[in-house]
Amino acid sequence: MTAQSATPTAASANGARVFRRRMANLAFQVFCIAVTGVALLALAGILWSLLSQGVGGLNLDVFTKSTPAPGSVGGLANAIVGSILMCLLAMVIANVVGVLAGTWLAEYAGKSRYGSVVRFLNDVLLSAPSILVGLFVYTLLVAPFKGFSGLAGSVALALLAVPVITRTTEDTLSLQPATLREAGVALGAPLSFIVQTVLWRSAQSGMLTGGLLAFARISGETAPLLFTALNNQFFSLDLRHPTANLPVVIFQFALSAYDDWRRLAWAGALLIAAAVLGVTLLARAIAKEPRRS
Amino acid sequence: MTDAAISQAPIRRTHPRGAFVARIFEGVCFTAATALLATLGGLLVSLFIGGWPALQRFGLGFFTSSTWNPVTDVYGAAGPIVGTLVTATIALLLSLPVAGGVAFFLTELCPAKLRRPIGTAVELLAGIPSIVYGMWGLFVFAPLFAKYVQMPLMMAAKPGSLLEKLTVGVPNGSGILSASIILAIMILPFMAATLRELLQTVPAAVRESAYGLGATTAEVVMSVTLPYVRGGAIGAVMLGLGRALGETMAVTFIIGNAHGMPNSLFDSGSTIASTIANEFTEATSPVHSAALIALGLVLFVITFVVLALARLMLRNAEKRT
Repeated sequence: MTAQSATPTAASANGARVFRRRMANLAFQVFCIAVTGVALLALAGILWSLLSQGVGGLNLDVFTKSTPAPGSVGGLANAIVGSILMCLLAMVIANVVGVLAGTWLAEYAGKSRYGSVVRFLNDVLLSAPSILVGLFVYTLLVAPFKGFSGLAGSVALALLAVPVITRTTEDTLSLQPATLREAGVALGAPLSFIVQTVLWRSAQSGMLTGGLLAFARISGETAPLLFTALNNQFFSLDLRHPTANLPVVIFQFALSAYDDWRRLAWAGALLIAAAVLGVTLLARAIAKEPRRS
Repeated sequence: MTDAAISQAPIRRTHPRGAFVARIFEGVCFTAATALLATLGGLLVSLFIGGWPALQRFGLGFFTSSTWNPVTDVYGAAGPIVGTLVTATIALLLSLPVAGGVAFFLTELCPAKLRRPIGTAVELLAGIPSIVYGMWGLFVFAPLFAKYVQMPLMMAAKPGSLLEKLTVGVPNGSGILSASIILAIMILPFMAATLRELLQTVPAAVRESAYGLGATTAEVVMSVTLPYVRGGAIGAVMLGLGRALGETMAVTFIIGNAHGMPNSLFDSGSTIASTIANEFTEATSPVHSAALIALGLVLFVITFVVLALARLMLRNAEKRT
């Protein structure tokens, strides 16, 4: 009893502290919820304007006609085809280099110093500003050959995709159980044979995911294409010349003063965003599958 | 069969035909990995060689002067450099609390049913191409920003006050602050997703024991889970900063593209990336191109330092867990 009567001040001080902590906690929770709400609203706003402005501009002409002069009817066919061609070529280059480099890091580099340097710089390349890659490819492939080309654009995109593929290849290969390698070695197979016939196959879905993510990343890239692939008003399948591509067309049309060009820019932006989201979702679905089974 | 014959067979088998191919394969893989290094090295060297004429001609003045004039062929890059640092810093300051809030919400407060959809949405939005953010900034955000933020603030500013100094400019919706806000929105999903991933690595036992001691949610986050992932969190933030520094398209649309030193938050400015994007294909003289490439070199150095630090911190965090 004496303890109880002796502590009213302590109890009230304690009560005040509890109150303060509760208030701080409430403020924290309200802040988190409010901020999440604001962020989701802003992002929903972006998607909404993309949809509302882009869907209006979508029609068959967009896919069948080339980019128009201001005031005339046209579409984005040349840009869409150019983008797809360049991205595919870039993915072929990037996959070859990226998978091999990733394989080296995972299977051969071990804990060597050189391996960790490559790993580290690959991580830095992973988020290097894309415009610098554009400048690099310009001095490498555009200036010496005196001409912008879709080929240069593909190389620039490939350089952006390689670090992503290297990283995911290394990660998925490192996840493969050591017993797979041991079983192969026990059968007398050289490591290269095990890598090609066993490890790559069992890491298939992870590597596919990485490839798709890299594809999603480069398909919307604009900056490096501005001074490599440039643009082309006409339909062309020849990557040795300036090649039309969606991002640069969007950039030019969006900043123009013509309403019909701006409508096409929105339609193009919607197409790119839809493609990127679609590919990313596909990649996530593939990545999930093996875990379920 | 004699014993000798039996032991002969495996000896022949120890050099299978694949052994030679294996060497080649390892060599090819090694070359590919080295090609990555060569890319980074080539990037640095080509920027240095390309930018050298400008650096040589203007010396230190290239970094301190803010006169960028293609007509007289005089180039000082202080404007774009300051523009880059200022927009990226403001973007980070705006984005960080929000990204933190989203990550905390998703790990601690969110009802289990909403956790996956919101988390997925945030991750998907991190992949939206930056040109989309740029277009949205120019056509949707800028008019609203001019009408509801710039005009009222400029009206409210008393002549001679600090607010007036900060808000000088044309209220057309574009400028340094608008670009920073767009950048902030752009790096937000990325930072939120990375922070969330980090927070999920905190062992459940650590979190639960903190709750068990009677800690409130705020206290658990601030004194237990966040300190637990401190190094990684700083790395994630710096990755966000690296993105903001090097971002081109989202900024080019809305920063106003003026080369001088920006005078206020509403003033038009430029960043290194936006200057290169706007002028490179239309460079009028060799010195102009060289100056732009030298700008690229500056950007490379800045982002390389930031990204390298970020990766080191993230890597140390990975090692510890």
